[in-house]
Amino acid sequence: MDTLRTLNPTPTLTPAAKKRHGQPGPLYWLQRLGLHAIIWVGALAMVLPFLWMISTSLKSQGEAMTYPPVWIPRPALWSNYVDVVQSFPFELFGLNSLKIALLGTLGQLISTSLAAYAFARMKFPGRNVLFVLLLATLMIPSHVTMIPTFLLFNALGWFNTHYPLFVPAWFGGAFGTFLVRQFFQTIPMDYNDAAAIDGAGHFRIFTSIYIPLAKPVLATLSLFTFMNHWNEFLLPVIYLTDQDKMTLTVGLSFFRLQYNTLYHYLMAGTVLSTIPIFVLFVVLQKYFVQGIVMSGLKG
Amino acid sequence: MVSPLRDQTQPIRSSPTLQRRKVSEALLAYLFLLPTLFGLLFFSLGPVIAGFLISFTNWNIFLPPQWVGLDNYQTLLTQDLPRKVFSNTLYYTLVNVPLNMTVALGMALLLNLRLRGVSFYRAVYFLPVVSSTVAASLIWTWLYSPNFGPINYFLGEIGIKGPPWLASTTWAMPAVIIMSVWKGFGTNMLIFLAGLQGIPQELIEASMIDGANRWQRFWRITWPLLTPTTFFVLVISCIASFQVFEQVFVMTEGGPAYATSVMGLFIYLNAFRYNNMGYAAAAAYILFALILAITLAQLKLQRRWTHYEL
Repeated sequence: MDTLRTLNPTPTLTPAAKKRHGQPGPLYWLQRLGLHAIIWVGALAMVLPFLWMISTSLKSQGEAMTYPPVWIPRPALWSNYVDVVQSFPFELFGLNSLKIALLGTLGQLISTSLAAYAFARMKFPGRNVLFVLLLATLMIPSHVTMIPTFLLFNALGWFNTHYPLFVPAWFGGAFGTFLVRQFFQTIPMDYNDAAAIDGAGHFRIFTSIYIPLAKPVLATLSLFTFMNHWNEFLLPVIYLTDQDKMTLTVGLSFFRLQYNTLYHYLMAGTVLSTIPIFVLFVVLQKYFVQGIVMSGLKG
Repeated sequence: MVSPLRDQTQPIRSSPTLQRRKVSEALLAYLFLLPTLFGLLFFSLGPVIAGFLISFTNWNIFLPPQWVGLDNYQTLLTQDLPRKVFSNTLYYTLVNVPLNMTVALGMALLLNLRLRGVSFYRAVYFLPVVSSTVAASLIWTWLYSPNFGPINYFLGEIGIKGPPWLASTTWAMPAVIIMSVWKGFGTNMLIFLAGLQGIPQELIEASMIDGANRWQRFWRITWPLLTPTTFFVLVISCIASFQVFEQVFVMTEGGPAYATSVMGLFIYLNAFRYNNMGYAAAAAYILFALILAITLAQLKLQRRWTHYEL
């Protein structure tokens, strides 16, 4: 049965099993080819919408509206991007997004790693109840808390400011606390003991042992928090009214209202808002994967 | 935890000192947790309670709220539009979750094979996840365009007359779901992949030597050992699906003829466009109750089908 080898390929097969199945036959190679084909078609389905976005962003209005659709624009109108940036302050939106995402990420890192240390390494009454309570907040739909939180921020005079978009991140979060706590628990207690003998307290141990050791998981958390703030849509829609305060994501949706059917401009704007996060992803891919894997495995 | 070594170095101290150290550690712990506690109070539990109270009022923000008892809930449960919104949300969840999970598991099984370039493919399948939902929605609106979009062009080439997608009451919801699966399955795929990689190789090898075929191996070994992962994915996918908002807001605004009107959108519109805070809060509470009920039901049922031990 050559087919066996495809699902669980060679390296793990014992010599005895190998002997029984013999050399790979033509059926084996055919199957492998088939599997590659499925994966390729899937990958194409993932990428084509983005290629279509880029292609449209370089077309003239007439070419965008031709039938059958054209995939390679001739000529490529890079000037669409100039038009878009001139008609809508995308660089300002980008700076607003960056500011909110960076401030939110910083707050999330500080508040969740502190909480994670307390949950992982300190003894206090109510620890388990609090931890379960924190995890249970994952079940609360954002639409439930949205209205009272709006009233709260409104009363603080924070309507049409950036505060509501990044301040909550400074006050902990279930996902981040859980992720960092899982990692902290893998650090050997010997470190705590050794440091304690040298007279270090918990805060010292936290800042000079746990934080440096947790760099990879903190990088993962930063990435997710950054991405969530960057892509956030509901909050800026609720809180921001002035155009010069808008973020890229919500700016894009307003841009759509203005350029409703001008898809070449619309797609150029979409490319501009997507590029930063794609670059980040390609460079730091490893950390994205780790974050999801860690949160999923321990669930 | 108080470190064991520290206890050993000072074994027979008077208990008041030990007591004091315990108290000071607890105080320090609460200090570490201060931001989290504050957040729980003001951004989670407080709003949950406040929202519950608001849901019994008639309130447009500008005038003081009026207590109306169960009126909002009664309206929500008896009128046609909210009912349609509930059933649309259920429709979306019941189709989106199984479809998303099937694609995610299928691709995870494929990418778990040791094929060349697997990490490249993994990145490609994950690309839609990192893009913003707004951007993805704009792209798909354009892909679905009945006259100029490539989807209907492709369908035409293979002899199918494509529907008007987002403009059709029948096809708008499937269109939103297809886009959502495309956008979201990458996350679940990675979780499944991690689960698959946690399955001990010896078990699979042993079954191969015993002559189990691929089908038997999947259903007798991989699937049972993967059930905790499947359960986790099921729970988080349902919670997320019930809250679907952005793609509907951008692609259809709930139309045509409320065909894609879901609870997330309904609550947003009532709260921030029509200023019916009480009514919106009541709708949010029904959504919350649904999510809680389904999550608890799944927790209860999981014992029947998940295997945590080898």
